[in-house]
Amino acid sequence: MSTKGKVKGIIANLVIVEADGPVSQNEICYLETMGTKLMAEIIKVIGANAYVQVFESTRGLKIGDVVEFTGHMLEVVLGPGILSRNYDGLQNDLDKMEGVFLKRGDYTYPLDVDKLWDFTPLAIPGDEVVAGSWLAQVPENGQPHKIMVPFVLNGKYTVKSIVGKGQYNINEQIAVLIDHDGNELPLTMIQKWPVKKAIKAYREKPRPFRLLETGVRIIDTINPIVEGGTGFIPGPFGTGKTVLQHAISKQAEADIVVIAACGERANEVVEIFTEFPELEDPHTGRKLMERTVIIANTSNMPVASREASVYTAMTISEYYRSMGLKVLMMADSTSRWAQALREMSNRLEELPGQDAFPMDLSAIIANFYSRAGYVFLNNGKTGSVTFIGTVSPAGGNLKEPVTESTKKAARCFYALQQSRADSKRYPAINPIDSYSKYLEYPEFEEYIEKRIGSKWIPMVNEAKTILQRGMEVSEQIDILGDDGVPIDYHLKLWKSEIIDFVILQQDAFDKIDMLTPLERQQYMLEKVMEICNLDFTFDTFTEISGYFKRIINNLRQMNYSDFESEKFVGYENELKNIIKEREVA
Amino acid sequence: MATKAFQKIYTKITQITKATCSLKATGIGNEELAEVNGRLAQVVKIIGDEVTLQIFGGTEGIPTNAEVTFLGKSPTLKVGEQLAGRFFNAYGDPIDGGPQIEGEEREIGGPSVNPVRRKQPSELIATGIAGIDLNNTLVSGQKIPFFADPDQPFNQVMAMVALRAKADKIILGGMGLTNDDYLFYRQVFDNAGALDRIISFVNTTENPPVERLLVPDMALTAAEYFAVDKNESVLVLLTDMTLYADALSIVSNRMDQIPSKDSMPGSLYSDLAKIYEKAVQFPSGGSITIIAVTTLSGGDITHSIPDNTGYITEGQLFLRRDTDISKVIVDPFRSLSRLKQLVIGIKTREDHPQVMNALIRLFADAANAKTKMENGFDLSEYDQRTLTFAKEYSRNLLAIDVNISIDEMLDRGWSLLAKNFKKEEVGIRQALVDKYWPKSN
Ligand SMILES: Nc1ncnc2c1ncn2[C@@H]1O[C@H](COP(=O)(O)OP(=O)(O)OP(=O)(O)O)[C@@H](O)[C@H]1O
Ligand SMILES: [Mg+2]
Repeated sequence: MSTKGKVKGIIANLVIVEADGPVSQNEICYLETMGTKLMAEIIKVIGANAYVQVFESTRGLKIGDVVEFTGHMLEVVLGPGILSRNYDGLQNDLDKMEGVFLKRGDYTYPLDVDKLWDFTPLAIPGDEVVAGSWLAQVPENGQPHKIMVPFVLNGKYTVKSIVGKGQYNINEQIAVLIDHDGNELPLTMIQKWPVKKAIKAYREKPRPFRLLETGVRIIDTINPIVEGGTGFIPGPFGTGKTVLQHAISKQAEADIVVIAACGERANEVVEIFTEFPELEDPHTGRKLMERTVIIANTSNMPVASREASVYTAMTISEYYRSMGLKVLMMADSTSRWAQALREMSNRLEELPGQDAFPMDLSAIIANFYSRAGYVFLNNGKTGSVTFIGTVSPAGGNLKEPVTESTKKAARCFYALQQSRADSKRYPAINPIDSYSKYLEYPEFEEYIEKRIGSKWIPMVNEAKTILQRGMEVSEQIDILGDDGVPIDYHLKLWKSEIIDFVILQQDAFDKIDMLTPLERQQYMLEKVMEICNLDFTFDTFTEISGYFKRIINNLRQMNYSDFESEKFVGYENELKNIIKEREVA
Repeated sequence: MATKAFQKIYTKITQITKATCSLKATGIGNEELAEVNGRLAQVVKIIGDEVTLQIFGGTEGIPTNAEVTFLGKSPTLKVGEQLAGRFFNAYGDPIDGGPQIEGEEREIGGPSVNPVRRKQPSELIATGIAGIDLNNTLVSGQKIPFFADPDQPFNQVMAMVALRAKADKIILGGMGLTNDDYLFYRQVFDNAGALDRIISFVNTTENPPVERLLVPDMALTAAEYFAVDKNESVLVLLTDMTLYADALSIVSNRMDQIPSKDSMPGSLYSDLAKIYEKAVQFPSGGSITIIAVTTLSGGDITHSIPDNTGYITEGQLFLRRDTDISKVIVDPFRSLSRLKQLVIGIKTREDHPQVMNALIRLFADAANAKTKMENGFDLSEYDQRTLTFAKEYSRNLLAIDVNISIDEMLDRGWSLLAKNFKKEEVGIRQALVDKYWPKSN
């Protein structure tokens, strides 16, 4: 018999429940009030009292209201039909809910139970399988969705039977496994998994090394992220975190994109709902929505399910990784998740850490980021979850707990800078402070050499040096004045400005400029570096700025034109003439 | 639920703090309303049979034998067409001498809109102010605050924007308004002959601060009635949200919560988001747009209140005095409308985005030149031109007393560019330059 309980105390969405039997940490329970069942999770137990965080408003809840414990942790349902869906943080299908307003206690099933899937078996009777082994596949939005042995199973099983090619719904029995004691285990196309645990149905997690192309120049060229890599984007409000994440989710060369809108604006999610069904995936030509899953737990939705939302998104990402797919997960913003943890920890009267965040914040964040990665599955195939989170530091100050903890966990750091945003130098990533640790990986170096040549990394480093010099010069000019520095300094400054304006800056709202494929990035960087390596002579510094602005203008017009189009070549030729005017032979 | 007839009266208060009192009572619902010696209060915590109430009017003079009755409901507002033209206090009671409202009683602070049921905002709100329409275009369904020091004329600008915005209803939520400002709003709306589309919920500096906590929810419940039930476009003005947040911190500090930054409650972000996220465009045509005021101290936007606000709202409008022209302008660097992308160059002329950006970039160059000048360096010829440009730009476009159409703003922009710069200095896409660059005459 399952454990029951009664409400004993209510402090906002923290409720104390006296249980009449055994309960476990993180177990899910339902509080019944006025005919509605409210979902909650146990976050602390003292004696017979379970402290639960309720995923809904507790308005009207009374002492003595009845509670039912479920015996399991917060789980998601995994199976075909997840793609293109819009879920809340608890994997309720938002589209299935009736009415304009969210109703408390309205829980909807995440999948379509009637849809028939074109099933093709991959395993045959007698096959030995383990958790995560591929039994069959069904096409889902152009992806081969693998039906897998449930991740919760331990040890080896044998396929006793599997249904033939045909159409089945998700609840029909499609296979029977037997364990080595001969017990039979019937399977359907779906399985459940507790979100706070990582899915580890893989053989090995090596260091990631393959470039994940995002089409964003300041990332791919300057500080690249890799398949299975981790990165984070901290920045004060309004500096471009969301725009950058949306750009990446539209353009990145991923099979599946999972977006967790975690405690941010509803209108930003609406933008995705509106645009993604129309926009094309630049790599496959299918609609973007087809490869996307959205977990929308916006800032006005319950705080406790905001905490759950990032785990829900990560679990779905890991599920698709286990199929051998390249998954990209984005969370905007992980600070809101941390704040949800803080609200609860304060109500529990735990000893607060810095800025009243829980003491173990660092560990929680590190544990979450560690779920990303590039893996070799048990069948030798590979899959990856790349994770990029945004961080919204209080007051824009990077010396705060969430930023600092994330910095320890994530390998790419894309720091958005207020002053760059103010001067509309978008994406406002500070090119000097930001980094990608993957550039230090010999595996990555080897990969990129094969992909675009051995000159690439030295050329990028040279560009970075020029940028660094440019910054130093500009600081000196601020102190000493334009004519307080040698003319040569101005030349250095303007060379770095070319790189800034043409490579770093990119208009996320221009149809052409927004996406730059790697070969085009290479072409432009080579072009720019060629100019930076030329010698010019000038008599006055004012000549320098006038001249370089013309160069920059031409290069930018190239960025705004279709690659290698007539217009593009036109600007390129004009550029050659400008160069000829001044170049020292 | 308890009915009036059987209402039990409790008379034994066990604990009193500045904003709360506790007593033993059973059968009470969380967030239920109560009356304590006639003062409105709300349940904020229940442990066993001990119920803690937050008293909106404060606890001064509350005795331990005060009469407490529970009302069996959370705070409500009666909604109906009759709301139009009326003035209410924070509890939704008329303060204009008129009759009580007859209508459906609705709980305030109701549920959120399902995000998949929202429509993407796309209606431009023209205000005539170029600092807004040109650089920070507003869209219906948006939420955006003015960030301004207390000495800036934000109430005047907000009233002006409200009246020009062509909303079906304007709902004013006044929190800690001075009586003078309250009368100012009444008068402007009256003079504009707009009183019949205005609804006000006002908490003035003379009222207890904790009462303010009810104002935004009251205003937004009325807004939802008109936007959802009547498909109207509703503009909600909330001033001053800094005083609202101060009231939040008073309550949470008295409830022994651990304060986070700037002694604000750790839940400040969620508390503010609940209010601002009520801004919405409904598919049926109704909309709620929120324009708020967040006063700053000494222009400091890193303080918790503006900081959290900035992370929630869809941009901010920053007012400052430009000493070069001695006028208040909408600061183009620190202001931002994030929804402008949805309308500029789409609902407005194609050159809008690029002209806007070019002007701001050159204004930034002028700011650099000014710094140079202040540090005693020689200015280049280009620097000089940016300075001339900046003054004209500030006077002819950024000043809040500008009132022209967006096409005129763009034309003014082009002529400022042409007057002070060469084509290749403005960094605008060639096709647009070819089309719009003023022909020299
Ligand atoms: N790459 C870009 N190109 C052009 N404009 C941009 C770009 N990035 C950001 N912007 C501008 O900056 C605004 C704010 O960007 P965004 O919403 O991404 O900020 P944010 O960092 O997510 O802020 P918050 O923390 O408040 O959510 C956008 O509305 C847009 O006007
Ligand atoms: Mg954002």
